[in-house]
Amino acid sequence: MKLRMRAALALTLVPALALAGCSGSSDSADGAKNGNVTVWMTSGGSAPAIQAAFDRWNKDNPDAKISFETYADNAFKEKIRTAVGSGNAPTLITSWGGATMREYVKSGKVVDLTDKTKEFQSRLAPSILKSGEVDGKLYAAPTTAPNPVFVYYNKAVLKKAGVDVPKDWDSFLAAIKGLKAAGVTPIALGGQSRWPYLMYIQYLTDRIGGPEVFDAVLEGKPNAWSHPAIKQALEKIQELAKMGAFGDAFGSVEADSNADLALLYTGKAGMLMQGNWAVPDFRKNAPEFANNDLGYMAFPAIPGGKGDPRNITGNPSNYYLVSADATAAAQEAAIGYLNKVAYDDQYVDDMMKIGYVPAVPGLEEKLQKAENPEYLTFLYKAVQEAPNFQLSWDQALPSAQADELLTSLSQIFLGQITPDQFVENMNATLQ
Amino acid sequence: MSKVKQAARGTNRHGPSLWLLVPALAFFILFAFVPLVGLAVLTFFKWDGLSPLEFVGFSNWVAVFSSANTMHSLKLTLLLTVLTWLVQTPLSILLGTFMAGQQKYRAVISALYFLPLLFSSAAIGIAYKAMLDPNFGIGAASGIGFLNQNWLGSPNLAFYVVVFVIAWAFIPFHSLLYQGGVRQIPKEMYEAAQIDGAGRVTRFFRITLPQLKYTIITSSTLMIIGALTYFDLIFVMTQGGPGRATRILPLDMYLSAFTAHKMGVGATVGLVLALLGLVISLLLNRLSGASKMESQMEGF
Repeated sequence: MKLRMRAALALTLVPALALAGCSGSSDSADGAKNGNVTVWMTSGGSAPAIQAAFDRWNKDNPDAKISFETYADNAFKEKIRTAVGSGNAPTLITSWGGATMREYVKSGKVVDLTDKTKEFQSRLAPSILKSGEVDGKLYAAPTTAPNPVFVYYNKAVLKKAGVDVPKDWDSFLAAIKGLKAAGVTPIALGGQSRWPYLMYIQYLTDRIGGPEVFDAVLEGKPNAWSHPAIKQALEKIQELAKMGAFGDAFGSVEADSNADLALLYTGKAGMLMQGNWAVPDFRKNAPEFANNDLGYMAFPAIPGGKGDPRNITGNPSNYYLVSADATAAAQEAAIGYLNKVAYDDQYVDDMMKIGYVPAVPGLEEKLQKAENPEYLTFLYKAVQEAPNFQLSWDQALPSAQADELLTSLSQIFLGQITPDQFVENMNATLQ
Repeated sequence: MSKVKQAARGTNRHGPSLWLLVPALAFFILFAFVPLVGLAVLTFFKWDGLSPLEFVGFSNWVAVFSSANTMHSLKLTLLLTVLTWLVQTPLSILLGTFMAGQQKYRAVISALYFLPLLFSSAAIGIAYKAMLDPNFGIGAASGIGFLNQNWLGSPNLAFYVVVFVIAWAFIPFHSLLYQGGVRQIPKEMYEAAQIDGAGRVTRFFRITLPQLKYTIITSSTLMIIGALTYFDLIFVMTQGGPGRATRILPLDMYLSAFTAHKMGVGATVGLVLALLGLVISLLLNRLSGASKMESQMEGF
């Protein structure tokens, strides 16, 4: 009898605990313990330019080398937080700013950079530095270029379908109908990864109600999600999904593996709403498409909407936060890297070669001489002229609210819940 | 039988010292019991993984049991348990019986068939996700229209696709159990039945199936406890989506704890899961009468 009980116990507890007890922090960043600097970041995008910058630093500083590892987007978000919480963070903690950054600061996991990085700060636009501040102190040092979200389209597909390049909301809808009639997916959408859903609600809410609507949510005002602009945005999303704007299999398309981008450059889809990190991928995987057929436009204004159509959403920058758990030597090396190498001329050139423009003032002339002047100027101007640059909602909000947002929003796209239910779910997170 | 029992008692009385149990027990306490106690304590706290713990009494428990989402996850878990059992058991028994034959071609087929056992769940998940992609997967590549479904993207299909992939991954293992079980059935039984004029089907239902009783219990226990803890395959394929369509309890636990960073809620779901597993496994033990397990084989 006793033996039997024990066997039963072992049988049930072991698998349950293997799950329940896992903390995901098995491989800590050991480098952070000595003078060497460790960095974790997401793969793709600006990684080549950053790697080149690290190489330059490593050549001059053999005693304080920077080593880095890259991860897929969703995997990274889960891993970094656990690592920071358990004191196993890499020296440089990559972040998108927002609520997570403020939580790191609040719990004393990161170092104040205000006075130590003056040289670094002198190279960047003040507006972008401000986005890395908490209570007037700089904690998050911008590390990449601004990543706004735009609508990209395949000129060849639009032409073949006899569709004009959309200029406003009505012609945007007309293009969707035309593309659908021609038998291609009107807009590629990586629904399986969930975060691409955000781009629609972010832009629609902003265009309809202006930035104040989401600001109220961020401030945690009770029932902030009940704003009519949010409901209208959700209705528009369900309208788009119902009319087949995203095809009938968008829930299977994975943005983390860039399947949505592939749909656009293989001509299976006509348009795509994505962050500007799509362009480096196009240039790498489909150079012919990137050079000849890639079109781009800002998200159109909604008739009667209150938001400024120059507003953009996306990620103002990626940031580095310096881990308070790293050794003094590693911290010093990381700060040295920021001051000496980050955003130097070579870095700016490398970024432009990839298809990004860093938020460094006075680049207009340099852009003219770049490989892709028209697009880069469009990008640079869009960021400079935007009255408001809204950080992606999942990053701006605390993680508990962000998770509910991503789940409820996917249910909106899939038609499983109504806008009213969404508002109810989200208001519940504010309490 | 009684001789065996006496022998067993004898071992208990004069056998090796209980001290030999210490390594195993220490391991169990350190890696199973202590974390479980930690988990139980965590259910009474609010913790985001960064800030200090905040005592909240039973509010995590109230939140978990009053939330429609947790109940949905619980329902999905139970449905998954029942479905995977229903799909896997008959197929495994039939395959195991087939593979128990001695012919050469059967050995070759079985060897091929056991391949999924060698793959990690993550690899299986990634491979299926790529194959089931409606735009770039086998459906699109082969031009067979039926294969071109929104397999993992449709809330109505995804759950059944998950059941299928789990079956694909685990049936080989259970077939192996049944193969061993069938091979242990004495030939004499079949020969006697054959003399009495029993056909293939009768022999299967009258001899093979009853003789496999304890193999069925073992395999079912593994299946049911396994179904309560499926995580990796589903996490890789759908991350609990689309919407909440495949968010079974283990995924709900993980996503609550490590994506939403509600560690207290995640711990509560984890403990519920552990208790559920304990209850079900004790129940299975009782039902199967493991204490009076005895062979019906000849000569015992």
